[in-house]
Amino acid sequence: MYELIVIGGGPAGLAAAQAAWQAGLRRILLLERDCELGGILNQCIHNGFGLHRFGEELTGPEYAGRFIEQLAATGVEVRLDTMVLAVQPGAGGAPHTVRTLSAARGAEALETRAVVLAMGCRERTRGAISIPGQRPAGVYTAGAAQRLLNMEGLLVGRRAVILGSGDIGLIMARRLTLEGAKVLACVEVMPYSGGLVRNIVQCLEDFDIPLYLSHTITDIRGRGRVESVVVSEVGPDRAPIPGTERVFECDTVLLSVGLIPENELTRAAGAQMDERTKGAAVGEDMQTSIPGIFACGNVLHVHDLADYVSAESERAGRAAARWVLSGGGETGGALALCAGEGVGYTVPQTLHPGALEGPAEVFFRVRSPMGEAHITVTDGAGRQLARFARPRLAPGEMEHIALPQKLLEGACGPLTVAAKEVRA
Amino acid sequence: MYDVIVIGCGVTGAAAAYHLARFDVRLAVLEANNDVACGATKANSAIIHAGYDPAPGTLMARLNVEGNAMAGEICEKLDVPFARIGSLVAALHEDQMPLLEELYWRGTANGVPGLRLLRQGEVRAAEPNLAETAAGALYAPSAGVVDPWGFALAMAQTAVRNGAELFLQHPVTAIEPLEAGGFCVTTPRGRFETRYLVNAAGVDADRVHAMLEAPSFEIRPSRGEYYLMDKSEAALVRHVVFQCPGPQGKGVLVSPTVHGNLIVGPNAEDTPDRHDVGSTAAGLAEVREKALLSVPGLRFDRNIRNFSGVRANSDRDDFIIERSERWPAFLDLAGIKSPGLSSAPAIGKLAAEMLAEAGLDLRPRAVFCDERKVIRVKDLSQRALDELIREDARYGRVVCRCESVTEGEIAAALRGPVPATTVNGVKRRCYAGMGRCQGGFCGPRVQAIIARELGIPPEEVLLEQPGSWMVCGEAGRGKGGANDV
Repeated sequence: MYELIVIGGGPAGLAAAQAAWQAGLRRILLLERDCELGGILNQCIHNGFGLHRFGEELTGPEYAGRFIEQLAATGVEVRLDTMVLAVQPGAGGAPHTVRTLSAARGAEALETRAVVLAMGCRERTRGAISIPGQRPAGVYTAGAAQRLLNMEGLLVGRRAVILGSGDIGLIMARRLTLEGAKVLACVEVMPYSGGLVRNIVQCLEDFDIPLYLSHTITDIRGRGRVESVVVSEVGPDRAPIPGTERVFECDTVLLSVGLIPENELTRAAGAQMDERTKGAAVGEDMQTSIPGIFACGNVLHVHDLADYVSAESERAGRAAARWVLSGGGETGGALALCAGEGVGYTVPQTLHPGALEGPAEVFFRVRSPMGEAHITVTDGAGRQLARFARPRLAPGEMEHIALPQKLLEGACGPLTVAAKEVRA
Repeated sequence: MYDVIVIGCGVTGAAAAYHLARFDVRLAVLEANNDVACGATKANSAIIHAGYDPAPGTLMARLNVEGNAMAGEICEKLDVPFARIGSLVAALHEDQMPLLEELYWRGTANGVPGLRLLRQGEVRAAEPNLAETAAGALYAPSAGVVDPWGFALAMAQTAVRNGAELFLQHPVTAIEPLEAGGFCVTTPRGRFETRYLVNAAGVDADRVHAMLEAPSFEIRPSRGEYYLMDKSEAALVRHVVFQCPGPQGKGVLVSPTVHGNLIVGPNAEDTPDRHDVGSTAAGLAEVREKALLSVPGLRFDRNIRNFSGVRANSDRDDFIIERSERWPAFLDLAGIKSPGLSSAPAIGKLAAEMLAEAGLDLRPRAVFCDERKVIRVKDLSQRALDELIREDARYGRVVCRCESVTEGEIAAALRGPVPATTVNGVKRRCYAGMGRCQGGFCGPRVQAIIARELGIPPEEVLLEQPGSWMVCGEAGRGKGGANDV
């Protein structure tokens, strides 16, 4: 029997496994479905990773490499090329069962005290946003095109239009251009970009790739391969405005229209989900509603930077270790956290003031861009517990506040986190 | 000289070939596309209808009920996913109840087994997520959901295994009667002589007929658009839920699929282009609005794929299953609209009988192998799976994570009778890429396996038809450069 099984060997799983080892667990198994550790970082060959974590700029594989090296120095057992089919929670404190399938070992049922879910996320597809038109080859999610290019060495097309200004789409706009393909446009349905500002500048502006805000693709043409797309302007209701259509002749459409935490295992296990994050609801220790099952990284909520994934996952790994070593301790009373005005969601969804070992860290994203803004935390009695000033806020960037433990003493739930622009 | 050539390998042509293959005849099937089941068969509601819809006395009524009864046995023998989950025609208002009764009597006249009219309370118990306005429903226990392309593929594979020759990418361009009887059929890849000719060319059936003589019918294609939802939504309904046909048209259906998803659609639009399987914003909106009338809890943000299919409707009200008056050895299986999928097994059998009437000598083949087994890792017991993995470790390597499809299953789809040659061909055979991520993760791996198994470079891997290339070549070689365009 294992003390901890970590599902996923990307940035989240690597950090969680190592933190759990350092916190004292000795029977840890890390399961990865791919043939190497690192997860999506392996295909992110651009730089920009590690600025927060290591104070230097690394590529994705370099960033992953540091964690992989650190992990190799521990006694964490790693199984690659292994798919987890199910996580079955043990009843009444009994061990959990993780069902796996691999070419090397066949089908197995592994028992463990604790589980860290670190499966990451998947990309939203054409179907999720129902783009009308034909169904030719050449419509790729940006990440799939990135894998083909950076890992298989294959170029998906010669003339591309990118829908969505998420970070992977922006990165791929530059990457395709560097490979000699022509990126005609990046089209974003919202009036602002969902990507990091640095990516807009370094991936679009530096290469003269036009960004069409408040536009979307309204038709895809071509029977065998994409031949053209129709791009239309949208109104404030995001509905296409007739008469604004323009045709781009291209052979490729890349979609960068959002990421969805991949929680099929989590749901099937019966964990309580948060419909806003599409991840499990967790406490400040990253524990789900199922005792001993923890979640971290993009399977919990979509992060903007891998550095933050690592930090969050270390918390999850440490908490899992503490949970195992203390025999599944009680956490005391809980305060619910709610997303108030201007805020899309919060992680964690609950806080246990009695169990905190320092300030409570709360992560969230705002719903729309703001200039100078105040973030407020209000308790159930309407008392404002804290206020944080920010020079600007954007939905593309994950925000973070730390609530001192002292503030939470005597607070009554639920706590509401809100963000409001300060008007001059 | 062949005894019989079947033109077209959709579900109708495949069923004809399947029935003919049990006899000692030299049989060929000519298919225009690079895979079987690429027309209406691959894009439809995937339902084996009970048979209360067609007017009594029509071929459609008879063949639907007969085909429904045959489908269960065929799917069992050939290992095709099929589930007889039953259907409900829901009356969304009290004033639609007389229509239900009419359908009930029509179905009874057609010989549909087990029909029952449900009252409001029973309907709610059977389908709790149906609109609260539902006043009653017609329940047909014999209706089911099937893997439609798998159904056609299984019949085609069984025909091929028993000696039929399948020629893919052989669109028929000319048909000439031979002086000594029979026909010469021309394709860009060769000419074929045959004594009997079966026209199962789907949306092109009138054009094929016109190669021999002026046809007495015309195909009037009608396009239908669909939503296919995530498996998380499949439990929203338990039966195939139809709306009552009314002045607004036939309404749209909401149904679980045999693969565990939820299907919603179709609308109906005349399309001048017979091969236009695109979707439109207006068409999709129509499907959404209509579907919400019967199942208000539908969450269209859980959609994983939209698709369209073109029905081979004709200017007649019934299937066109008849021999040419002038050339009795030429048999049309045309205008096979809904319930064509349901009727296909019976159409295939009837086709063989009609050729016999025209003089084809049908002596049963000494050996007819009427079974097929597909390895689906997801359905195996742990013991069976372990045994399989010991034999071939590739069955332990999951490539498509959404549908849990292994490398072994993908490799198997690329072998055997009627192997896949394309990404979509692989998807139709083993479901890799059919799940919620739509090949976002497994796509590159599937492409690599296809290239490896077929021994072709990556840029020759196709999504579907010729021209549907997936990648333009290796990066860093300048081949894909903008300067080359």
